[in-house]
This record gives sequence, C-alpha cells and structure tokens, in this order.
Amino acid sequence: MFVTAAYRRQVLPGFGLSLGCTLVYLSLLILLPLSGLAFKASNLTLGEFWAIASGERAMASYRVTFGASVLAATINAVFGLIVAWVLVRYSFPGKRAIDALVDLPFALPTAVAGITLATLYAGNGWIGKHLEPWGIKVAFTPVGIVVALTFIGLPFVVRTLQPVIEDIEPEVEEAAASLGASRLQTFTRVLLPGIFPALLTGFTLAFSRSIGEYGSVIFIAGNMPLISEITPLLIISKLEQYDVIGATALAVVMLLISFVLLLSVNALQWWAANRHSGHGGRGAGRGA
Amino acid sequence: MFRKFRSLLAGFFAMLFATAAIADGGGLLNVSYDVARDFYKDYNPLFLKHWKAVAGETVEVRQSHAGSSKQVRAVADGLEADVVTMNQASDVDFLVDKGLVAKDYARKFPNNASPYTSTMIFIVRKGNPKAIRDWGDVVKPGVQVILPHPKNTGNGRYSYLAAWGFALRQAGGNERTAQDFVGRLLKNAPLFAAGGRDATTTFMQRRIGDVLISFESEAELIAREFGKGEFEIVYPSLSVLTEFPVAIVERVVDKRGTRKLAQAYLDYLWSAVGQENAAQNYLRPRDPALLKKYAAQFPPIKTFTVDEMFGGWSKAFPTHFKDGGTFDQIYQQK
Repeated sequence: MFVTAAYRRQVLPGFGLSLGCTLVYLSLLILLPLSGLAFKASNLTLGEFWAIASGERAMASYRVTFGASVLAATINAVFGLIVAWVLVRYSFPGKRAIDALVDLPFALPTAVAGITLATLYAGNGWIGKHLEPWGIKVAFTPVGIVVALTFIGLPFVVRTLQPVIEDIEPEVEEAAASLGASRLQTFTRVLLPGIFPALLTGFTLAFSRSIGEYGSVIFIAGNMPLISEITPLLIISKLEQYDVIGATALAVVMLLISFVLLLSVNALQWWAANRHSGHGGRGAGRGA
Repeated sequence: MFRKFRSLLAGFFAMLFATAAIADGGGLLNVSYDVARDFYKDYNPLFLKHWKAVAGETVEVRQSHAGSSKQVRAVADGLEADVVTMNQASDVDFLVDKGLVAKDYARKFPNNASPYTSTMIFIVRKGNPKAIRDWGDVVKPGVQVILPHPKNTGNGRYSYLAAWGFALRQAGGNERTAQDFVGRLLKNAPLFAAGGRDATTTFMQRRIGDVLISFESEAELIAREFGKGEFEIVYPSLSVLTEFPVAIVERVVDKRGTRKLAQAYLDYLWSAVGQENAAQNYLRPRDPALLKKYAAQFPPIKTFTVDEMFGGWSKAFPTHFKDGGTFDQIYQQK
C-alpha cells in the first residue's frame, strides 16, 4: 500500500506508467549495452584482464585521459562561471549572439572541432605562430588535448550555472554589502555557496564528456605512444586488430574509474547541498 | 492502467524495429574503404551501362565507405554487403574467419583478386630542401616525417612495412637491422596522424614535417587541392606494392540471389573500361598495355608485395601490428 500512498500524494497521475517507462528506457539505452560490455569482458580471466588493463601504454593513456579531462573541466569551471555570470547579470549589445555561441561546441561535429583547433594551434596557425616563439607547443602535444577538451566541455558548465545564477536575487548581494561584507566575502560567503552545487554538476558533466571524447582529440593529440595517446585511441587500436575482448577490457576499466569518480563527485555535491540547504540544494544542483 | 502501459511498450518496440529495418532495394551493396569513394563513383555508372547492354537489366549499386576495418566488422555483424572491396587483405581475411567469404577468395579473380595497385612514395617540399631521395634519407637525424598511425591505419601500416622491407633488402639486412631502421623512422615522426587525409593536411596545410609518406594515388589529389608547384614527388628505390583485394560475400549473395550480378560487377573491374577507370583515378592498372599508355603518370618503381616479403598479411599483421608486435617493441625499448 506504500505505492498507493505515494501515488495519491502526487498532483499528476501516472506514477506506475512513468516509472515503468523510465525503467524500460534506461534498460534499453544504458543497462543493456553496459551489461553486454561486462558480459564480453567476462570472457577474460582475471589475470588476462589485469595484463591488458595495467599494460605500460594503457597506464600512460589513463594518465593522459583523466589528467587532461580534470584540467579541462577545472579551466571550464573557472571561466564557465565568469561567462555564465556575465550572460545573466549584465546586458550588452550582442548578448544573445554570445549566448547562442556557447552552445556551438554541442552542435559542431567533434572531428571538425579537432581539425580546426589543430590548424589554429599548429606552428604556422593563427594562434600557434604566436606561441611558438615562446617555446610553447600546443598542437600535437598533451596540451592540445586539454585545449580540445576545454572546447568540448564549456557549454556544460555555462548551461548548468545560468539558471542558478538567475535565481539569486541581486538584493542578496546588496544585503551582504549593507551588513558590511567585503566584495570577496560577498562572493565567497554569500554567492558561492549557492552556486557551488551547480558548479560541481557542470564540472562533472564536462569531465565525463571529456573522458569519452575521441573525435576531436585524435586530430590534435599527435597520438604518440606513452605521451599523447588517450584511452579511447587504444580501444580503437584494439578494434583495428579485431581484438574486441581487449577493447572491452579497456572500456570496462574506463567505466569503473569514471563511475568511482562520478560517485565521489556526487557525494561531495550531496554534502555541499546539505551543508547549505538554505540555498537551493538538490533542485538547484540538478541533484545527483 | 497496465493495459495502457503494454500498448505503449508495444508501440515503442514497433518504432524501434522500424528504425532498425533497412529497406532492401535490390541490386548490389558494395562495402568499401574510405578513399575508394571517387573510384567507385566513376566505376558504378560504367558497370551499370555494361550490365544493361549484356543482361538488359537496370540495377542499382549502393556504396558504403568508411575505415576498412570498421566496414568489415559491420559486414561480420550483419550488414548485407554483396561484395567487399578493401585496401588490405587482413580485412578480407577477417571475413574469411567469420565464414562469410570463401577461403580461396584471392584465387577467384586474377592478380591476387586485386584489380589495381598503388605504392607508397614520398612527398617533399618544393625544391626538396632536405635532399630526400630514398628511405635512408628519411631516417637521418633532423628530418621530420609525417605518416598516419602505423598501428591503427591501413596506409600507416603500408608505410611501416615499406620501410621494413627496404631495410631487409639492404646488404646485411635482417629482422634486427630492419627493426632498428624502422625505429629511427618512427623517431623522426613528430606525430601520428589520425588517417591518410589528416596526414596530408598536417604536411601541406600546417606545414609540419619535411617528408610525407603517402599512396601514389593520393599525390594527384594533393596536387589538385594544393597546386602542383607546392611539392615534389620522390620515388624511393624500393617500396611496397599495395593491393586492394575484392571479394564476393558468399553468405549474402546466396541469401539475396545476387551471385551472378556480384560476379559480373567484380569481373568488370578487369575489363578494359574498368582498368582505364583505375588509371584515371591514379591507381596502377594491372593491364600492362594500359600501364604503358599512362607511363607518364606511373614511373617505373621496384616494389615487393606483402606476400613476397612477409609471407602475407596473416603473418605480417600479428608480427608487426598486434599488441606486443614490433611496433610496440620499438616504443618499449625507449
């Protein structure tokens, strides 16, 4: 009778139907492919699995993939916050155009992004030729991977933050100021706690997107073994050898690391939301 | 409510299957590698005209192009290709292993079932400032070489094997000296391009590197795109003969009843018309008379096949490109 009780309290009817739909949909789209992956990987013994997962090049590729993803998501967290703040709080000519521009990395085929970035940042490119005299090489180095992932991840942070910043009344800042808070205090003690859960969500989304990114990265990375090989490239490399099981093993490792990382970010978010439950909490941060 | 849910579910599945089903329009499906697009775009109308004349039928040939190993995986997973036209025997071998293509496919057509060939050559900057004449110049310190990923791409693998075979044929050459030679070549590569076209862009447009290793057939495309005066073609003293095997997918033609059409489609590649089309697409025709006619386009070059030098792709692939193969060994030595 618990279900009926829960069902009766809802304004809209159809709890059973929508839950059923959710379960079928998630099973078909996510659980089925993932269990296929696990099933395929179970063809390997633990020793074989470990040998593939902990190979020298595999280990180097995890460092490159996860390192570049964290860096890119961090850069986006900082600059995405600034972009979102400007787009919400100020009005200026061309604001709509800039707002639309933010979504571009969503829409652009990632290979196009990769080729364009590689051309721009190559030694004779528009940006690369100004960096080269300083000894800074971006294209075809791990730095290039960070650049590509930063491009890909930007909209996730901005679009997550915008509605939350819109919800903060400017009066809150005025109240803080009138109570004697400095600008820094207003930001760190009054605004940031409200924004933080959403910022973390944006960071997580950008980070997860980056881990799986392949199309843009391979064109700018240079793909040198042990230096600039991302894990998705190694997976493709296994597939090129028709070694589906080996590819699956690497995929499972990525999945596990990602899952653990996402889970810990979600735990952090939950903690942050509870600590400042007065400022929106789960709803504002789009929840877990 | 449960009934409603069930009908919704049924509707959902119906939609899913409708999307998955691919309409069978009759005719042939030719599943091919990426850069064969231009070749078959020209070839298909020629064949259709021929087929209409001899059989009086109007048929349709559908094309599918992508990376070759992706393509054969799709065929193995159920993409109903009547014929496959590939750029490396190891890809067709995969379909043989899956029981889709006959074991002796290479003998079902002339010339190792490869209607045309190409070879790996060098493209250097105008005036050849680094004086690159042969493989020995490419591995010199201070020379930068651009090539696609030797482990993950077909043309990268051909480049790798070309250098390996050259080193083997030198005086005192053996597997050890060859590995050392290729190691020096790879050390001169500042990056591994994602694919053949990406390597070309990196060399021509981004102006990275002193020499690009590429298919002879690609050089003409580069000339069309970037202008003839921008670069020079250098033919090494020895290179690999790249073969492009074609095969009938037995299981599919039996099921769809398209064997006769598929056979005719591939046979016609060796006809005068088919061979001329190859030459016009800068692929070396098998017909010696035509090769002579297009001699200006195809200067003589000494080549070896993968079969002669490495005992076939089924040996070369695991030795060099599987995990733990010579490519991986070169990077683990460092």
